[in-house]
Amino acid sequence: MSVRVFLVDDHALFRAGVRAELDTITDAVEVVGEAGSVGEAVAGIAHHKPDVVLLDVHMPDGGGAEVLRQIRTKIPEVTFLALSVSDAAEDVINVIRAGARGYVTKTISSQELVKAVVRVSEGDAVFSPRLAGFVLDAFADRPGAAPISDPELDLLTPRERDVLRLLARGYAYKEIASELFISVKTVETHVSSVLRKTQLSNRYELSRWATDRRLV
Amino acid sequence: MRRRRTGRVVAGVASGLADHLNAPVFWVRAVFAVFAALSGAGIIAYALLWMFVPQSAEAEPETDEDRKEWQQAVGLAALGLGVAVFTGLLSGAASGWVTGPIAVALVGAAVVWREADEAQRRRWKDGAFGTGKKSGVVRAAAGAALVALGVGAFLVSNDSIQNLPSVALAVLATLVGVAVLTVPLWMRLVRDLDAERRARIRTEERAEIAAHLHDSVLQTLALIQKQSESPREVKRLARSQERELRSWLYGREVGDRPTTMSVAIAQTCAEVEDGFAIAVSQVVVGDCDLEDGMFALIQAAKEAMVNAAKHAGVGEVSVYAEIEPDKVTVFVRDRGKGFDPDTVPEDRHGLSGSIRGRMDRHGGQVRLRTAPGEGTEVQLEMPRKTEART
Repeated sequence: MSVRVFLVDDHALFRAGVRAELDTITDAVEVVGEAGSVGEAVAGIAHHKPDVVLLDVHMPDGGGAEVLRQIRTKIPEVTFLALSVSDAAEDVINVIRAGARGYVTKTISSQELVKAVVRVSEGDAVFSPRLAGFVLDAFADRPGAAPISDPELDLLTPRERDVLRLLARGYAYKEIASELFISVKTVETHVSSVLRKTQLSNRYELSRWATDRRLV
Repeated sequence: MRRRRTGRVVAGVASGLADHLNAPVFWVRAVFAVFAALSGAGIIAYALLWMFVPQSAEAEPETDEDRKEWQQAVGLAALGLGVAVFTGLLSGAASGWVTGPIAVALVGAAVVWREADEAQRRRWKDGAFGTGKKSGVVRAAAGAALVALGVGAFLVSNDSIQNLPSVALAVLATLVGVAVLTVPLWMRLVRDLDAERRARIRTEERAEIAAHLHDSVLQTLALIQKQSESPREVKRLARSQERELRSWLYGREVGDRPTTMSVAIAQTCAEVEDGFAIAVSQVVVGDCDLEDGMFALIQAAKEAMVNAAKHAGVGEVSVYAEIEPDKVTVFVRDRGKGFDPDTVPEDRHGLSGSIRGRMDRHGGQVRLRTAPGEGTEVQLEMPRKTEART
């Protein structure tokens, strides 16, 4: 059964492009609907109940984070994958903390995009190299860092750091697994755990860091 | 805070203040009345707020209670003023001949100021400097006459006070009268200037954005249309334009001499992108100043990127740099052909000279991972000499 996908982006041209690409290259995903604004998106997602929403970070009326806030309380089983041209760490971290299961840039190839969609639909997280870099940076142990209140959430384990580093270097899960002598399943577990920490950690840095680092 | 336009009794100060403080307007008015009774402090406060708080640009919806509220407000104002005058007379701090003229002058000033508010509203309504109506002119003139009368009476009454030369007093009183009368004019001038300055800043900003987009994005789009047969060139143009626009939008410093590691790496990647028409995706974690060995490290990384661009036969190279307190590591990776390091001819200096030699001289290390068909990854590690931790 194919993964049912809903597109949210305020650029009609971009939606049409993604839809055409996804429709032609594979049967693994099926685009069931699209929306160009926060209001349309909330209504459309509630109506179609897709498996995965491809979500633009930047839109009028609050952007992707606003769609996430409105939908996640109503229909928690829908998963979101952020898709954006934005390189601003603030936007990326914000949409992840609002509940997206991953972040990829719009320059991603169609094949990679399909893989990412299938992966989040199976409950995994998708970290582009850039997102991996941002998260590493946000959890970095800098002088003057805020105290750790909950080590379970506020610190990455050395293994998680290793996995993130390899993700940032552009390694695929299989390559990471063989590099670290662990199974692909274990890599997935580490990545999901990093996602959970990024979403739930109350460490003051995470938000402050993202705001400070307006540049790439 | 804005003075209200509807439901006002004198100038909308009390109701505006009530809106601002989220308090019932009755209490605000009552407080003004009480302070007015205390030797006129409320009156001065009211006048100051009238001067400095601009009136609201839009009319608020009318309410049914307006009529009752209005009566109540007039009652309160009369009570406050009455008590103020009465206590003034009783305490003897001001004789009837002083308080009376001042009160007349105050009423005159209020009429003129109110007329100025009306004039401003007409300008908002007409969208231009419309000429005031005749009744407006009459009202303003009447107000001015009242002020003049008050000042005059004050002077006459003070002829008996011998301790000040009457000429100086006359000059002073006239100046005060003129100042009071022209207050609305000055305030309007200041506000209009301010509004104009803001509009000008906005226009300038917009012009600057337009100019920038024209010089960069439009030019590139034109070039892309001309070069449309050459996908390589189109890609190169698009990448370099994207980079330029990003650095402009996100305010990354652009200059000939980078000062931090992350900027230097970004610039180097850009040079390779432009020179070899490939995409270089870079992720940098952490940052530091450009220390001694860092130039060598960046040059070595550039050489590795160039090698990948020339020999790997792929369209993309990934660069990952991590800056840690004690060392900086850079990975340059492609998913291209790869090669067998043992079969590289002796005369090819790229890897041995430009990369290994450079790194060795500055105490760095090079590791190479490659095999035919497996892609290539060059790992560069440079210790940081200074103990200064960023």
